[in-house]
Amino acid sequence: MSLHAMAPDGHDAHTAHVPVFTGARRAELDELLTRYPTKMAALLPALWMLQEDRGWVSPEGMAEVAAVLDLTPAYVKGVVSFYTMYHQHPVGRHFVQVCTTTPCNVCGAEDVVHAFLRETKCGELGVTSPDGRFTVIEVECLGACGFATPVMINDALVECVSVDSVKDLVAGLD
Amino acid sequence: MGYPHPAHPRETPVISRYFGDAEARTLAGWQKRGGYEVLRQALATDPVDVQNVVKDSGLRGRGGAGFPTGVKWSFMKPDGKTHYLTINGDESEPGTFKDREIMRWTPHQLVEGAAIAAHAIYAETAYIYIRGEYTEPIHRVREAVKEAYAAGILGANAMGSGKRVDVHVHKGAGAYICGEETALMNSLEGRRGNPRIKPPFPAVAGLFAQPTTINNVETVSAAQHVLRHGADWYKSLSSPANPKSTGTKLFSVCGNVAKPGNYEVGMGFPMKEFLWDLCGGPPAGRRFKAIIPGGSSVPILTPEECEGAVMDYEGIQAAGSLLGSGGVICFDDSQDMVRQIARLARFYAHESCAQCSQCREGTAWTTRILERIRDGQGTMQDLDTLLEIADNMSGKTICVLSDSCATPVVSGLKKFRHEFEAKIPKNRSSVMIPGFSPAAA
Repeated sequence: MSLHAMAPDGHDAHTAHVPVFTGARRAELDELLTRYPTKMAALLPALWMLQEDRGWVSPEGMAEVAAVLDLTPAYVKGVVSFYTMYHQHPVGRHFVQVCTTTPCNVCGAEDVVHAFLRETKCGELGVTSPDGRFTVIEVECLGACGFATPVMINDALVECVSVDSVKDLVAGLD
Repeated sequence: MGYPHPAHPRETPVISRYFGDAEARTLAGWQKRGGYEVLRQALATDPVDVQNVVKDSGLRGRGGAGFPTGVKWSFMKPDGKTHYLTINGDESEPGTFKDREIMRWTPHQLVEGAAIAAHAIYAETAYIYIRGEYTEPIHRVREAVKEAYAAGILGANAMGSGKRVDVHVHKGAGAYICGEETALMNSLEGRRGNPRIKPPFPAVAGLFAQPTTINNVETVSAAQHVLRHGADWYKSLSSPANPKSTGTKLFSVCGNVAKPGNYEVGMGFPMKEFLWDLCGGPPAGRRFKAIIPGGSSVPILTPEECEGAVMDYEGIQAAGSLLGSGGVICFDDSQDMVRQIARLARFYAHESCAQCSQCREGTAWTTRILERIRDGQGTMQDLDTLLEIADNMSGKTICVLSDSCATPVVSGLKKFRHEFEAKIPKNRSSVMIPGFSPAAA
């Protein structure tokens, strides 16, 4: 898997919502609905589609998902807020998640986090860099504990990241 | 297994046999290795007979609970209701990364296992729920499912048997608690991943309120080997000293250890030899200080407690811990145990679904106290408070996440109390809360 930007558009919080579930995406959703006995079961997959296409799960996006699945926006918001992988705010083009849970922590993951904050110029966890390229967060267990420190950049997992390798890794991202 | 290290002669690679072998990922490659022949045979066999072979093999659930798989399957009767199979691929226990490798390297092994299990429980539909962070495993399994449908292995007439078997991949969205079986069902139904009160048990009313069986990725992967080679063969892979733990187990090893990775050995393998001979022992120049043998939620062991222990359900229990999911976390003598236990508690505080107050408040409170002690701001009273909170967190909630937080804290405090005490300033009897002035109150 290659590292690539999260979404081509939709990073501006003020961009008007462009419907997602039209054309091919609508057909994909309709096919998905045949796999479940209830419409609601397609909620997580539909939210994934929204995030893939728009870069984040905006209130307008949630309202659209609610409409296509016959749910209320409040219900959708309640579900979205439970899960950590849906972005409720726009994030940088490169969303960097560094695993710092105990098995990685004993291998020096905290130092890797600091290196990312320094190299990306984010400065702080969860804050997008001034150029809009990066957002760095700590994540609870990426499930790759034997390859410490694992770092997820958008949908690509990079294993065995060390403080020394962070600079090149960041430099390799557009 | 041979990936990422050369296979050790004392390993017994069954499930992990094709790890690192890219050809085995494809349908053609899997079939070349005998893949889907067991499914063909299973579909032609009465589900009860399939259940009985698995029962006879002694295979137990590899997700952590260790419930006998054949017995679980036998709860499902041909009652005319819609049955569901759910495969738990929401591997999120810190220290555990075995299912990830099964899905990455042998996705067809999982799809075949899922189809066999679905047949065994009279289900036509299986959902494989995979944690959202596992982007590559999700991709591999989806590709395998696609290939299997295109080849007529899955679908309305699976392998020409006249039976319908559908397998769908469902992607999670970042919540450790969804690995708990009832929370997983809620999540799959499009809800928040809150665990459900039992009863009703899933076998009675599970996914979409229908009878449901939930199996771990490793369990169904192992089940097909049982059916291929027979129950006696499977039992012969493990130590005859303990007939209650049979077959092989895939252990994930991480932390301060020379060769982290996945290792598959027969149940009953000596823990000391496992840690030293297979995993290479601690990093050069260091000594082990602590081992968590079954994922982060089980009691911590000292190296001395691991000395005579064997790696099976009963063996690790006798040593004072649990086999759990088979995630072995190693700590060497450079580690500050207070810091690491505090970090572990933070994980549970972050992942609590907040449904039960004992868990919601307990995990957060425990974390705050541990971090205070870590930072040199604790009191001796804090140590008693930690134990009191842990007592209120254990066995009093809907699921065991709360217990999972309390267990390593209590065992850590018991075994490394001197490290906690060393961080507490002498004569410190109370905690000053920043910004709070008793005089102004």
